[in-house]
Amino acid sequence: MTAFLLRRLIQAAAVVLVMSLLVFLGVFAVGDPIEILISPEADQFERERAVKALGLDLPLWQQYLVFLGNALRGDLGRSFVFNEPALKLILERMPATLELAIGATVAALIIGLPLGLYAGLKPNSPVSKGIMATSILGFSLPTFWVGLMLIMVFAVQLGWLPSTGRGETVTILGMRWSFLTRDGIAHLIMPALNLALFKISLVIRLTRAGVRETMLMDYVKFARAKGLSPARVTFVHVFKNILIPVVTVVGLEFGGTIAFSVVTESVFAWPGMGKLIIDSINVLDRPVMVAYLMMIVLLFITINLVVDITYSLLDPRVRLEGKQ
Amino acid sequence: MSAPTLEVRNLRTHFFTRAGVVKAVDDVSFTVEAGKVMGLVGESGSGKTVTGFSILGLVDAPGRIAGGQILFKGRDLATLPEAEMRGLRGNRIAMIFQDPMMTLNPVLRIDTQMIETVLAHAKVSREEARQRSRDALGQVGIPSPDERLKAYPHQFSGGMRQRVAIAIALLHKPDVIVADEPTTALDVTIQGQILAEAQKLCAQFGTALVWITHDLSVVAGLADDIAVMYAGKVVESGPVTQVLDAPLHPYTLGLIGSVPSRNRRGEPLRQIPGMTPSLLNLPAGCAFRSRCPRAEPGCAEPPPMAEYRPGQHARCIHPHQEAVAA
Repeated sequence: MTAFLLRRLIQAAAVVLVMSLLVFLGVFAVGDPIEILISPEADQFERERAVKALGLDLPLWQQYLVFLGNALRGDLGRSFVFNEPALKLILERMPATLELAIGATVAALIIGLPLGLYAGLKPNSPVSKGIMATSILGFSLPTFWVGLMLIMVFAVQLGWLPSTGRGETVTILGMRWSFLTRDGIAHLIMPALNLALFKISLVIRLTRAGVRETMLMDYVKFARAKGLSPARVTFVHVFKNILIPVVTVVGLEFGGTIAFSVVTESVFAWPGMGKLIIDSINVLDRPVMVAYLMMIVLLFITINLVVDITYSLLDPRVRLEGKQ
Repeated sequence: MSAPTLEVRNLRTHFFTRAGVVKAVDDVSFTVEAGKVMGLVGESGSGKTVTGFSILGLVDAPGRIAGGQILFKGRDLATLPEAEMRGLRGNRIAMIFQDPMMTLNPVLRIDTQMIETVLAHAKVSREEARQRSRDALGQVGIPSPDERLKAYPHQFSGGMRQRVAIAIALLHKPDVIVADEPTTALDVTIQGQILAEAQKLCAQFGTALVWITHDLSVVAGLADDIAVMYAGKVVESGPVTQVLDAPLHPYTLGLIGSVPSRNRRGEPLRQIPGMTPSLLNLPAGCAFRSRCPRAEPGCAEPPPMAEYRPGQHARCIHPHQEAVAA
């Protein structure tokens, strides 16, 4: 296990290094922030001073080395726009996005697993066919449209749920969380469901396929031949086996959820990282973009590691060991 | 005389598929007494396994028992409600499957899979259930059962896994065990050990054993009685020595002839020409007709099961009543 973790850490460092280079080049190619940041009325001297202050006068490779040196000390640069450390800006907004993504994942599992289980156990019932047909909608309807429809129905016409913002928040460990207040939860429901829509469908389909496959296994028949109750066969013998693919896919998908919460955050004016990055791209706020992308890279690496470890806990045949 | 432990009477298990009705088991009868071994023999697809599942009440849709009786100590299992059937399964009637690599759940530890079986039928503490599981493992010859209980199935070899499956089947000292080709997937040496084990345990507990196999040599050494199945029907049944030494049905004779050791060295292996017919469109009359060297026009009528020698029945109108020169 230790050898495995050590190997993964070294790999992770290499991935981060390569990604930082790609990100830096990519952001550089997007456009020149000077045109946007500096007032057109500014004269030549002011202009040059600003360029120098932002460090944009150096050649690209020097800019990269400066960035890398600072990054090693935990400094990912200051935002051109807010004049605050980019990392701080992102970390401030991270709880909002994490909350949304975790909410969506939990919703996907709570809704998706039972429906998928039912559809797998009774594949020919009309209800199961309805579930499967609906899950196709979940895959194919665009997120932003569903978000707008949710707002129209539940916020505008029925007036049940608020449509924008995070609502009341509670501060814990210096971070603001809204899932601990009634108002905050009311604000969280729609965006989380919106973001969960695709994942619910995914979980339903994975679970159903897993159940149908597992039910045919000899060990399920053997479990029945032992005289176990159908509930025990389903929830212990079948369920534990289908959790393996579900955990893998949902876990890996979690990074994607965070990265692509951009759309949902925009629709519901959710003040998370996604909204920050869209705003930053609009004004070409390079340090924030770079810092955001680096955060996402780190997040993916962490999630993959967690998934690998969870996987080994669920499936005894997988033991994490360093190669000899 | 009390009722035999297990009596299958005219069992019919049919599968109602879109392509038509598949008569996987079509009029099968046999009786097993306590402590005796019944060998159910036939090629793949002859309906042996489905017969076994029918006894356990584990036939899945689109299949169902379409007729006949399965009398367990006089109670008809074919009409028993599922809840009562579940009370018998794994308790009074147990089953051992063919492929030991597939019968144990890969993500559950051995102790979980054994204790749950104990607790499903006996009101005992977890600790007591663990004790019984450990004893059962010891009984089937698994060394250091305490440690092995904590292992996962993938940490066992095939033969060991089959021993675990047998131990699970033995947990409640059942009256009937249906063993579906339990040694087919194992090495010959392991096969011998398992057979000896099964024989010993059945004699010890007075268990009626239904041993499903395609391997005549296994049956010869193990079984008291034998029923030969072909295309869903029992074509010949009787005491094992009698059937194997003097088979009546041409199919039984063919099966015996196909066993390599029965052939003389240097002679080509005898084989039964053709292949098993599709159960979806069986020929009318005797299903073996198209492969039978003795077929005659009369075989187009379904032959009745008749007793040609004491205790030895065959479903054939022109049985081999002369002695076999094999």
